[in-house]
Amino acid sequence: MKIGVFALQGDFERHGEMLRQLGVEPVYVNRAAQLADLDALVLPGGESSTMVKLLDDEKMFDPLVEFAKTKSIFGTCAGTILLASGVTAPVQRSLQAMDISVERNAYGRQVDSSIRRVMPEQAFEERTSPGELEVVFIRAPIIRQVRGDARVLVSFDSQPILVEQGRHLAATFHPELTNDTRIHELFLAKLRQP
Amino acid sequence: MYLDEDFRLKVGLAEMLKGGVIMDVTNAEQAKIAEDAGATAVMALERVPSDIRKEGGVARMASISKMREIMKTVSIPVMAKARIGHFMEAKVLQALKVDFIDESEVLTPADEENHIDKRPFRVPFVCGARNLGEALRRIGEGAAMIRTKGEAGSGDIVEAVRHMRTIQKEMKRLTVTDKSELPTAAKNLQAPLELVEYVAEHGKLPVPNFSAGGIATPADAALVMQLGAEAVFVGSGIFKSEDPSRRAKAIVKSATYFNDPDKLLEACEELGEAMRGINVATMAESEKLQTRGW
Repeated sequence: MKIGVFALQGDFERHGEMLRQLGVEPVYVNRAAQLADLDALVLPGGESSTMVKLLDDEKMFDPLVEFAKTKSIFGTCAGTILLASGVTAPVQRSLQAMDISVERNAYGRQVDSSIRRVMPEQAFEERTSPGELEVVFIRAPIIRQVRGDARVLVSFDSQPILVEQGRHLAATFHPELTNDTRIHELFLAKLRQP
Repeated sequence: MYLDEDFRLKVGLAEMLKGGVIMDVTNAEQAKIAEDAGATAVMALERVPSDIRKEGGVARMASISKMREIMKTVSIPVMAKARIGHFMEAKVLQALKVDFIDESEVLTPADEENHIDKRPFRVPFVCGARNLGEALRRIGEGAAMIRTKGEAGSGDIVEAVRHMRTIQKEMKRLTVTDKSELPTAAKNLQAPLELVEYVAEHGKLPVPNFSAGGIATPADAALVMQLGAEAVFVGSGIFKSEDPSRRAKAIVKSATYFNDPDKLLEACEELGEAMRGINVATMAESEKLQTRGW
């Protein structure tokens, strides 16, 4: 199984380290041609507006939209903004890979960033292991709408913060900045499903 | 200390800025150009370093109304500079809710002995450093990001290269130093032992290490990234060039593709004139900004 970590900008190395911990050697991806032999892709945290511009300039936007139609993507924070079908504050292009609407920087500025502890939904614990989850929000977005067959796996303050839909998984926080590997494990488990 | 929750949160934002370009801006119009070019953050300041150099006088924190306009205009993080040791400018900037404070040698120092105690702040700080000891002292005071100082406003990359190579070399040396010799290494570096031990074990700083001071071209940015910078700050290099928007885009591209000469070549094409610059070798010691702070 070949898993790429999108490496245009952001904390991609942290995702790489976490995948390595789980026995997967990541491929750092910054060219469209590299997508062809990947089974899945991680979209890291960073600045989504910068990523969208680089995607446009490097003509990677449409190849990534196509990739999402058949392969799995896991996004955190900026990655989730890219996966969404609608982005506000301000309106921004996205891959439209998941039926979620996202508001950027919805908790406020950096001084409003926080580390919280939350109890995941039972469905999440059954598929990983039980126990609360440390969630790191950094200028995080809020998922304002979940539609279609998209399913909420973890919520905070009655807002969804981890959502899955089909092959894809989206978190508004940064599991890659913690020692808890469960969310990455969940993504890998999804890939192994027939 | 680097496991403490507040500190992790501050370093977290620094992590998000990796592989990107942080651009100096003096007004909302420039901030918009920077954001449209793909900057990961903007740095609000009164005057860009090359103007501070030319015009002299006391350089302070930027005007509040200008910073507010910038914060209203862009959705990317907004950083702002405070004078070295001026913890009240820093408190004002925190109240304004800027996303990062640069305790910067580019402004006129307010305290020639003490830097700001950055630990009690909620907002993260970035500080300049010329060597490992200086970097670790700043981290000990609570800085969540280090940037090598270079020589701001010069357009000459030589100092940025010197500082990045120095820090990398000193870190490498620690990784092969016997554990029993680390207290003496800490004494010689004039840095906290706990942080010296961290570097000896991990071979890197406990916070991201960016580069600043003299970056004027896409090749400059790629050069410091090759030497170990995790992102770059560009000050006068963009808005003192002939075509700021194009140059800004090119430097963003070079920070992502610093390993890829073909992409770099694309970035270097049709850029217009770079900023004129000053050869640091001909500069009087008293004109150097990098010697501010300790």
